[in-house]
Amino acid sequence: MRSILAVLLENEPGALSRVVGLFAQRNYNIESLTVAPTEDTTLSRLTLTTSGDQEKITQIMKQLDKLVEVVQVVDLCKAEHVERELLLIKVRAEGAARAEIKRSADVFRGQIVDVTAQTYTIQLVGPSAKLDAFVRAIDDSGVNATILEVVRSGVSGVGRGNHILAL
Amino acid sequence: MAEMLSGGDMLIRALQDEGVEYIFGYPGGSALHIYDAIFRQQKIEHILVRHEQAATHMADGYARSTGAPGVVLVTSGPGATNAITGIATAYMDSIPMVVISGQVPSDLIGTDAFQETDMVGISRPVVKHSFMVRDAAEIPGVVKKAFHIATTGRPGPVVIDVPKDTTDPSATYAYEYPENVNLRSYKPAFAGDMDQVNRVIAELLVAKRPVFYVGGGVIQADAETSLRALVRAVNAPVASTLMGLGAYPGSDSQSLGMLGMHGTYEANMAMHEADLILALGARFDDRVTNNPDKFSPRATIVHLDVDPASVDKIIRSDIALVGDAGWVLNALWDAYQARDAERDAAAREAQQQDIAKWWQQLEQWRSAHGLNHNLQPHEGQSILPQLAIQSLYRVTKGDAFVTSDVGQHQMFAAQYYHFDEPRRWINSGGLGTMGFGLPSAMGVQMGNPESVVACVTGEGSFMMNMQELSTCLQYGLPIKIINLNNQALGMVKQWQDMQYGGRHSQSTYSDSLPDFKTLVEAFGHVGIRVSDPLELDAAMTTAFAEENKNRLVFVDVWVDPNEHVYPMAIKGGAMNDMILSRPQEAAS
Ligand SMILES: Cc1ncc(C[n+]2csc(CCOP(=O)(O)OP(=O)(O)O)c2C)c(N)n1
Ligand SMILES: [Mg+2]
Repeated sequence: MRSILAVLLENEPGALSRVVGLFAQRNYNIESLTVAPTEDTTLSRLTLTTSGDQEKITQIMKQLDKLVEVVQVVDLCKAEHVERELLLIKVRAEGAARAEIKRSADVFRGQIVDVTAQTYTIQLVGPSAKLDAFVRAIDDSGVNATILEVVRSGVSGVGRGNHILAL
Repeated sequence: MAEMLSGGDMLIRALQDEGVEYIFGYPGGSALHIYDAIFRQQKIEHILVRHEQAATHMADGYARSTGAPGVVLVTSGPGATNAITGIATAYMDSIPMVVISGQVPSDLIGTDAFQETDMVGISRPVVKHSFMVRDAAEIPGVVKKAFHIATTGRPGPVVIDVPKDTTDPSATYAYEYPENVNLRSYKPAFAGDMDQVNRVIAELLVAKRPVFYVGGGVIQADAETSLRALVRAVNAPVASTLMGLGAYPGSDSQSLGMLGMHGTYEANMAMHEADLILALGARFDDRVTNNPDKFSPRATIVHLDVDPASVDKIIRSDIALVGDAGWVLNALWDAYQARDAERDAAAREAQQQDIAKWWQQLEQWRSAHGLNHNLQPHEGQSILPQLAIQSLYRVTKGDAFVTSDVGQHQMFAAQYYHFDEPRRWINSGGLGTMGFGLPSAMGVQMGNPESVVACVTGEGSFMMNMQELSTCLQYGLPIKIINLNNQALGMVKQWQDMQYGGRHSQSTYSDSLPDFKTLVEAFGHVGIRVSDPLELDAAMTTAFAEENKNRLVFVDVWVDPNEHVYPMAIKGGAMNDMILSRPQEAAS
């Protein structure tokens, strides 16, 4: 089972390394991790995707909560939430492939953000699964579209409506 | 008007304001401003060890025996790395400790400067928390927070890494020690949940085969009074973890002794057959449960722990009690009395009969395969290690602080010395650190100057920190060291006997052992050697005699090198799967 954990963390030097260290030390896996300061500059917000059964996720959350600098932890998947990830993908686009790639980007509502004679760079925002699907679509498109680079931001998430994670 | 102090002076003053009696430490370049601050004050005594690992174990022994946090001071680089084993030892057993490490000046951090090491990074997995001082002005606040974190909730070691420039004597600051700490991100549980408490009592009032499974958390929380009252009122048996010995009196008939890998037959059987297990300040360690999938198949499990992450980590509990063990045990005891008074006499009578039946079963186990605490010496044979512990127990009248190292001797001490009071049995349970025994005994003796302190060690463990004999002379620490000398890394050898066809790979060294008697004499102490069982009691008596009251005495007890520790859990089995004797071992 995949979980998206949102963590409010004291914005202090070393705090992030404790979170990352915890995962290594206890053999939990991190699929993606994003972190940035919040509007309250004393706090960072971290979104982390991991997987495991319910017991494992609960244990991960408790261990996170135990870190002195962690203020709050929630599993966004426990309630309605919005999940977004940013993808930048650079593909070799020549000849007939150019039109085909552009069509795929349009279908997925991607934007071409950089163009050269040989390449397109496409930006796509959405849930991770949609990004996966788009990368697969390009890869399998049959036309001669070589993927040159894939950059993903990792997941950010927020609870819907009144599910608010703040102090 | 606040006093103007340098960073180094503020650090020491803050420790004074925390009520620190002793700093266990070792100087070096990055810590020299701090050492100068120590020189210019009288309130705190600094104990100069011979190796930084020993400083951490001393602070640890001091903390375990007194309940107050231990304080360590080391320099950067090798001083800091030498402290790591002791920090990890304290971490695994949740011992409150504050470790101050010198660090290279802030502007050199990250340059691979002389004696630079990333102490915050290296210690991170084995500390409860750590701080790097960024600015001298924050020193009093950091010290306050460090002690608060180390001593509250589930206690543990906290590191404060102090770059040398922040202790510079030429810059001064207005010193003020904060009265309170408020950390929005750190609010350890204290009070428990009364609904859960009441659910436990409801179970306890109808249990037919209850067992109290008691761990170090009860000792840490000083919760023994309500524990004892409750155990006696219920007439329940108590099985103790290695860390929990002494929470309930070991010599009391309701005590089944230690449980787990080398626990007593009756304790492990009781756990397996129980219908209600109250796990109190214990964490279902793998050395206790054996195979968790086969753990106590019929019991309702109640788990009390101050650390929510311990609950449901290994064994899923039916009723969780998260909170301070003292608070929760008081609540349990109060609720028990109230509910017991309300129930009708017939119900009480019925339960008493069930529990009396349970005791028949327990006594049957105990008499069939319990430990023999009345061993006799036999002429012409070697000394049994168990006999040596029995002798120690009798000579000290069960009233000593006993520290231990790691190995067979540790298990024999845990099995054969009955601890009637908490904080008397001091050993490295979680990390299993050889070399812990002597320095921790030193810390115990510093914290309890009038008490008798014995260290039960093995020759292997003793040699890991024996340089501290010199520190003992310097501070006049009259520890009694009982060295169960089996001329081998006995516990390793036992496993090799049992699991590797008797191939003693790198576990013996009998032809190269020092003569311990002359060794300790060279350090200025008293050495005794005994190998005849008929002379054992006399040797032990001499060690603890009035004439040696102020001397460190080392008793080198040559014990039977072939003895194994039994019972021993059968790997992968349930708690009731044990090897009880050598014939059984040979047959299996
Ligand atoms: C620092 C450290 N290294 C290795 C071990 C593994 N170990 C556990 S018991 C033991 C043998 C201990 O020998 P000794 O102190 O003589 O005790 P005995 O078992 O012989 O009573 C060893 C090597 C350990 N626990 N700690
Ligand atoms: Mg030995």
